[in-house]
Amino acid sequence: MIDFIMQPWPWWFSGILIGLTVPLLYILVGQGFGISTSLQQIGAICSPGSKLSYFQNFDKHANMWTLLFAIGIMLGGFVATNYLSAEPIDFLPAAYWSVGGAVRLFIGGILIGFGTRYAGGCTSGHAITGIANLNWPSLVATIFFFVGGLLVTWGLGRWIF
Amino acid sequence: MNKRTVSKLALSMSLVMGIYFGIVLTKSEVVRWQRVHDMFLFHEPQMYLIIGTGIAVAMFSMLIIKRFHGKSITGDLIVYQPKPYHLGVIIGGTLFGAGWAITGACPGPIYAQIGSGVWPAGFTFGGALVGMFCYANLKSRLPH
Repeated sequence: MIDFIMQPWPWWFSGILIGLTVPLLYILVGQGFGISTSLQQIGAICSPGSKLSYFQNFDKHANMWTLLFAIGIMLGGFVATNYLSAEPIDFLPAAYWSVGGAVRLFIGGILIGFGTRYAGGCTSGHAITGIANLNWPSLVATIFFFVGGLLVTWGLGRWIF
Repeated sequence: MNKRTVSKLALSMSLVMGIYFGIVLTKSEVVRWQRVHDMFLFHEPQMYLIIGTGIAVAMFSMLIIKRFHGKSITGDLIVYQPKPYHLGVIIGGTLFGAGWAITGACPGPIYAQIGSGVWPAGFTFGGALVGMFCYANLKSRLPH
């Protein structure tokens, strides 16, 4: 049992727990599962006097839960890495712990921030929650997540990685 | 319970759910660049199986919630708010996919990596904020 927890979790166990996040968040928080809205929440908090409709028409109070959810994920990562793992986890390849790696991560980060907000969601909101609710635009979004990822990996792979 | 107590309770539960999800993300290794890379290279089915199982479990849960008119802690009926279709779903979706492949992280794992002390993830997060601010400024000029 302890050994099961301390080793990387099998796909079926991970998948079930990730899937259960959707009903648990609905029941316990009263919100639909989604993570990238937390970026908009941070943006809206950081620009209180902004004239941009993206921040002005955004309900910071109603979306405060996204920020607490994000902080929770950080704490969860800390707990899992330091107390629930028998061996250290290699999050990023060695090449990413460098100036060149930092530049790549930063550029990739811009694509994530811009892309998720333009698409209206990320893996959690579109791929998991959206498809689970048979929302067809979410299926389209998920297909194009993979179009973008496959193009970069197979097209620019030698050049980036 | 009055409204304020309920909203405070919901916020605390959001933190608890974040901790739960952060642990699951990390222990499932969805937070590892190599796992994401192997997914896009079709080297291993791990990520597809995790996401597929997640969708199936979420779908089944939603059927039960709808069948029994499930209510949340706030007393409201649980209703899915559909995300609309527009050109951004395609353009933004493709750009996000590219970022996911480069950084090996979608938004959840970025937070989990930072919490795990992986400092380069701070650059991913910084980039994500810049990207979000770019979108906020360009939104009115982009096709929707």
